[in-house]
Parts: sequence; structure tokens; C-alpha cells
Amino acid sequence: MVNSCAVLHSCLERIERLNSKINAFVHFEKENPLGQKGTRPIAIKDNISVKDELTTCASKILEGYRPPYDATVIKKLKEKGYILMGKTNMDEFAFGSSCETSCYGPVRNPWDLKRIPGGSSGGSAAAVAADLVPMALGSDTGGSIRQPAALSGVVGMKPTYGRVSRYGLIAFASSLDQIGPITSNVADCAELLGVISGYDGLDSTSADIPVPDYTKALVKNIKGMKIGVPKEYFPEDGLDKDVKEALLEAKNIFKGLEASLVEISLPHTKYAVSCYYIIAPAEASSNLARYDGVQYGLREEAVRMVDMYAKTRTAGFGEEAKRRILLGTYALSSGYYEAYYLKAMRVRTMIKNDFSEAFKSCDVILTPTSPTPAFKIGERADDPLKMYLSDIFTIPANLAGIPGISIPCGFSGNNLPIGLQLLGKPFEEETLIRLAYAFEQNTEFHKRKPNL
Amino acid sequence: MKAYETVIGLEVHAQLATESKVFCGCSTKFAQAPNASTCPVCLGLPGALPVLNKKAFSLAVKTALALDCKIETLIKFDRKNYYYPDLPKNYQISQYDRPLGRDGFSEVFIKGEKKRIGIKRVHLEEDAGKLVHSPGKDTSLVDFNRTGCPLLEIVSEPDMREPLEAYEYLVAIKAILRYLGVSDCNMEEGSLRCDANISVRQKGEKRLGVKAEVKNMNSFKAVKEALVYESKRHREALENGDRILQETRLWNADKGITISMRSKEEAEDYRYFPEPDLVPFTVEKEKIEEIKKCLPELPKAKKDRIARDYKLNEYDAGLLVREVEIADFFEAASKSCGKPKQVANWLLGDISAFLNAAGIPIGKAALKPEHLAQLVSLIESGRISGKIAKEILPNVINKGISPAEIVKNENLSQIQDGKKLSVVIEKVIAENEKSVKDYKGGKEEAIRFLVGQAMKATGGKANPQKVNELLKEKLKG
Repeated sequence: MVNSCAVLHSCLERIERLNSKINAFVHFEKENPLGQKGTRPIAIKDNISVKDELTTCASKILEGYRPPYDATVIKKLKEKGYILMGKTNMDEFAFGSSCETSCYGPVRNPWDLKRIPGGSSGGSAAAVAADLVPMALGSDTGGSIRQPAALSGVVGMKPTYGRVSRYGLIAFASSLDQIGPITSNVADCAELLGVISGYDGLDSTSADIPVPDYTKALVKNIKGMKIGVPKEYFPEDGLDKDVKEALLEAKNIFKGLEASLVEISLPHTKYAVSCYYIIAPAEASSNLARYDGVQYGLREEAVRMVDMYAKTRTAGFGEEAKRRILLGTYALSSGYYEAYYLKAMRVRTMIKNDFSEAFKSCDVILTPTSPTPAFKIGERADDPLKMYLSDIFTIPANLAGIPGISIPCGFSGNNLPIGLQLLGKPFEEETLIRLAYAFEQNTEFHKRKPNL
Repeated sequence: MKAYETVIGLEVHAQLATESKVFCGCSTKFAQAPNASTCPVCLGLPGALPVLNKKAFSLAVKTALALDCKIETLIKFDRKNYYYPDLPKNYQISQYDRPLGRDGFSEVFIKGEKKRIGIKRVHLEEDAGKLVHSPGKDTSLVDFNRTGCPLLEIVSEPDMREPLEAYEYLVAIKAILRYLGVSDCNMEEGSLRCDANISVRQKGEKRLGVKAEVKNMNSFKAVKEALVYESKRHREALENGDRILQETRLWNADKGITISMRSKEEAEDYRYFPEPDLVPFTVEKEKIEEIKKCLPELPKAKKDRIARDYKLNEYDAGLLVREVEIADFFEAASKSCGKPKQVANWLLGDISAFLNAAGIPIGKAALKPEHLAQLVSLIESGRISGKIAKEILPNVINKGISPAEIVKNENLSQIQDGKKLSVVIEKVIAENEKSVKDYKGGKEEAIRFLVGQAMKATGGKANPQKVNELLKEKLKG
């Protein structure tokens, strides 16, 4: 049986022609999509388990690993007639903002092949931006859907923590991870979000809250809606000039649509990155402990068991993964736990409270998604701290568990996409979709395509 | 030698009797083919997530309540991080700073004295797998069937002062677990495990001595023996001025010694932190009260009631309630014959000895409470002697034939008839002139020999009391 769906064949043709340029897909066999029923091609980030298909988190340590089960989101996609095209490239274990830490080599931004597409879901974002697929799944722990969506000029949403089941998503930081859609337009985002959302008995952290029909939020009227503009997200320095201008213009567009802008404050924002880089690596250090060469993936043989562990993990993990495992192990160690992990957890609560307070005076919050457009491959690779600041505007939403969406809102002088971020109240993804849709339908940014 | 004091604390791990594992749906059945009872969750495959088994949780709360613990209202789980091949995630989901139960106690009887052993904490966690070492090869295999089975860890305070107390404490804990039906408590199958912490200090000293953690004991008796050994080893070391190392030691039952496994001088760092995959939840006070109300009568309450209602001493009552089946058996037999003291004596004496030797639990024996009641009635009414009763007991226990039937079939009734006995007695008097003379000369104990001869002549069937009476009467003249 060969699937004859026209969209599928157009995708296959483009993948064949363009993937070698941008390196978006890492596991792709033409026969796979052809053998499936359905009409909606979709790409899957390489950290989401698909039964019997390579699922490696772009890490050497998961070399050859094929899960014996489907993630809950994959089950839902299969039931709804989606065609799984293949697995997309990412930063190793989602540790990064540039897709440079992948064991399969970097992903290239379709708008400028010398630049990064953002990360960690850069493969998914680039695949959608280059029209290899109309939509993809990504995962977002500190901005890994929204930041690459912004840098690649597509739509990306991180749902509320608990909205989408994490069962089958290979964990980076369990209390922050969330699967979400990356699409070429807001309508597709609404559709895909509806398919993957919902309570799952296999994920204790998933929320038992009914899933609305998100496509009903695809209305252009946003009159009277209150958009909060946090001053902490528009710093005098540290924001690229083009980004600043694009956001200024975006505010005007919203005003023109008769939404009202209110200035708000999220005073603890400045602690978000530090707080995140304690909590996320702490959880990661524990989540990644299972990659030890015993059951699956890479194993480097040794006579003694402890040597097998050490050799396997030394050979299997890349630099950034090792850095985060060390950071996390340190933060959890006896004598440091209170000073680091517990303190970070307290700061996290304060950041969460900031948002609860802010949402008393607005329906959504508008911010830039990323302080800069896409940077060049290698530009920040040797400076982890600079790299970590790429997610300065996206991290707070993960710490607070609230939903966020990034949509195209302009281009830089050298034709690189710029995104804006809308943050919403917990489980109010509809409000984000409504505002994003209204903005998109009244602008032309989403229509521009990279020249490949 | 100076006066020393041994200090013992125990950690008991009991596998809870649930159908499925604590965080997934796999069966907990023992001895299936290796790795037959596994799934992505208990194998710790990437992306799989734990979901708490509600039954395991309620069994855990039940046990904590039965141990008089305070129940934590906010339940949370933590990750205990350490590397071992039988632990597929390289962390164990356990409870750290908020165990579900704390500050309980259990009561034991030591040489007739009541003693309270504090329970520091009771918490729920997942079990690890099993390493299978292939002999002659340099490889090991892992069996994950046991991985994720629900374990209840019960940690005592260091309240025990001698190995016997530790033994009695274990018996008491096991009794409670069995009364509740929360665990099989089968030490051989590993559903009950015990590690001991032991240290020795000079009497009067407040601080604890350097402790050793002793593992690898697979029976209560082994726990006692290992502790006796360790207690002696510590005392000797202290006496000789040797330094005692903080270490983990393994009990070698064959050699009767403990062997050092690893030094614990550097404390292990498990890097505990809250398990983000499980959401903390609150348990309502009403829910706890509800579980409390549904608890069965526990060993202590049963003991007090049995001692009171059946007029037994506390010691006997305590022995009877160690196993709920024995207590039930006792009550049924006592009600049926109205002679609880005799029932208790038989149950705790000959019957227990016989069953223990045969390795049959009382619930599985053919012996029924009515049989014991009947046996006691036969003796009390004088129809059979205690000696005959003992003789027929194995058949009653093994085959479940009623004592009355055996007595009838084998013509074992006691000879009560005075005429029949007189004939025998006259013969005994005639044949034992010396004893008769001794008795008449004032040696009263000589009569016992004569009674014995009469019993012998009747094949044990004569009623000894009656023989005694008749003899005395005849020798008077």
C-alpha cells in the first residue's frame, strides 16, 4: 500500500531535495511515510518516542535505540490520520538554543544557511520553515519551541504544563518539559494543539481539564483585550535594534486592532535564568542517569562495571550534556542542596507569583521571543553563558508553567525572521490563539518564505 | 570487662501484597520467567512515567496506622540517586523528608516484661531488580521482574538492647503485617527483608557507638545470630581498644560470621530531591479516620481480649496471637469445648511442635478446631488419658480424623470401670511385694511405681487417677 496523498508527495520531494542542506531530519526513510495511512504529514522531534523507530535525542548514547512503545502524543496523531515523516534534529537531549550540540551535526537556518535555526527544536522549526512539512512537534523546557520558531519565522507554542501528556517524551527536566506544535500558521497550531492535548492516565502531571475546540478561537476580533507589556522584557541594552523595532511595530498593530496595552512588571524576571540553570540541570542529571550502557543504547565494554559506566557515559554524551550533568549533580549534592536547589525552587515560586499578579491587570503578556535574530553557527558555541541568555525571555513561562506562543512579527535588516511572544494564563491557550491569529491575519510576515 | 550496652535498630522492608507494581501495571507475581513481568515504566525506558498504585498506597497507610504512626497529610515522593545495574533508572522512587508515617511504636515482651520499640518512619518505595551472576563467566544478567514492586520500609528507633529484642520485634512486626494482610512476609522469597544497625557503648554513655550495618540475613533466627555475633565482636574490639569502622557487613550463615562488605566512612550522597514526575497530594483526615476504622483487631488488642475473656496469662495469650490463624483456631476450639487453658496448652505445646517440625502452617493442616475441642473434652471427661491423646494426635493432625473416631476404632477408651481395674490392681499388688511393703512402711512415693505398673498392664488405658484411688484403698487394709 502506497499513500498517494499529494501533500505527502510534495513533502517527500522537498525533503529529498533540501534536507541535506539544512539537516533538519536525522531519521528519515522514504518508505516509512509512504506506508502510512492519513493525509497530514508531520515531523517529530527526535526526543519523542515512536514505536520501533530510531529515537535518539540526537545523542550518541542512544545510538540505535528504538522504543517498544508510542508516546501518548504519537498515539493520538496516528489515530487522527497524521503521517509521521521522520525524526527531526535537535540539541543533544534538548540542551541548547542553537542545534549545534546534536551528534548529527548542526541544523542550518533556511533563511541563512550560515546561521543557526534556534533550539533545541531547531530541526522541527527548520523543517516547517523550509516547507519540508507543514507542521511538526517540538518540546519546550526553557524556550525550545518558541525560540527556534521565532528564529526560523514560524509559529510555535508551548502549552500550559500538564496540558499535553509527557508520556514518551524523553525527559530533560520533568517539571518544565512540555510538548507543543510548530506550524507554518496559527490555524494549524490550533488544530494540532487540539489533537495532542488532554488528560493522560499514564502521566501523573497531566491535567484533567477538558480540551476546548481551539479552532473556535481563530477569530480576528480582539477588541478590548488587555495586553500587558512587562518593562523587564524590553531592556534598554541587551535587545537587538531590529527586534526592538519589530516589537514596537507589533504593539502598534495590536493597538490598531483595538486591544489595549498596559504596562506591567514582572520583578523577579532577572533571576529566571539563574534559577532555571539550577532546576533544569538538577532534574536532567537524574533523568540522564539511566543512560549507563546496561539495557539499551551505547555500551563501551570494560572489565569492571564502574568502568563500563564511566567509559560509556564519557563516549556517549557531548560537552553540553556533560556540563549540565555536572551542574545538576553539584546542585543536588549534600551541603549544596539548600543553597542551590531549594533556593531556586523558592525563586521559582516568586516568578510564578509575579505572573499571577500581572494577570490581574491583563489577559496576555507581550514580549520579544528572543533578544536577537538567528546568530551564526559557532558564534556562541564557546560561550555557554551567552548561549544561555538566548532563552532569557522564554524561560520564565516554563518556570511558571504558563502557556506561550511565538509568531512571526518582522524581519531584520538582513532578512532574518523576528518573533513576538504572547504569554497566557494557565490553560488559556485559546486567548493566545485568538490574539496570534488576529495579528497574523492582519500582517504579511507569515507569507514570506526563505529562498532555498 | 567493663559494662557495655548494645544498641540495635532495624530496617524492615516488606513487599506489599498488591496485584500490580507500585508505579505501573505489571504483575508482582513471584518466580516468573526472567523479565517476563516488565514494561517501559519499570524498565525505566526513556520517556516512561510512573503512576502511583492507589492500592499500594492505602496498604502502606493501613500499616503505618497499625504501627501507631502519625500520618503525613501531604504525600510526596523523592528520588534517591545511585548507580547499580539492578536499578534501571539509576534512581529509586522513595520518600525522603516526608515519610507517610512517623513516630509510631510496637510492643514486645522480653522475659515477661513489656517493652515499647519506637518506629521512626514508615515509607513507600519501589523495589530494585535482581542480578543473576553466571557461574564461571565474567558476566551478570539482570532480571527486572521485581523492579517496581511496592516496598514498605519500616525503620525502628535504636531502642533494642539485645539481639533477642530484635527477634521479638521482628515477630511482632510480622504479626501485624500478616493480621493486616498487607504482605506475605515470606523471607525466603524476599517479601520480607531486614537490615540491622548495631553499635555498642559503655553503659551510661549517651552517645551511640560506631555502628555496623548488617545485611544478608534471611530468617529471623539469622538476624538474632548475626546480632549476637556482632555484639560480641564490638565488645571485644572495645575491650581491646581497637577502632571500630563504620561499615556494612554481610552475615554468612554457613560460617556463622559477618564479613565486611564496604566501608561507610564516607557517607553516601543520594542527592535526594522531589520526584517531579509524581504530583504531591493531600490525604484528608477523614480518609485516614476511615482507614483506621476498618483496621482489623491487631495482635495487641487481640492478646488483651484473649487474656481477659479466656482467663489466660499474658504470656500465653501473646504466643497465641503471633499468628492470626492460631488465635482464630484457639478461639474456635475454646468456644466449642469451654476449656481454653487446655486448648492453649495443646496448641502451644504438642500441636505447634508437630506442625513446626512438619513445616505445615496451621491453616493448611487437616486438624480442625472441633478436633482439638473434642480431644480436650475426651481427656477432661476421663475417656482417654493425656498419654493416649498424645499418641493419636499425629493422625488427627495429618488425616483430620476425629479423635472420638480414633478412640472408638482403636479401642483406646480409658478403663474407668472399678471392677476391671480392681482385677488389674490386685495383680499388680501381688507381683510387686517390695513396693507394697515400702508404701506401707511410709514411703508414699512408692505408689507412683505401682500406678505405673497398672498403666503398663492396661496399655496406658487405665484412668491413672482412679488407679491411684483404688490402690490407696486396697493398701489401707
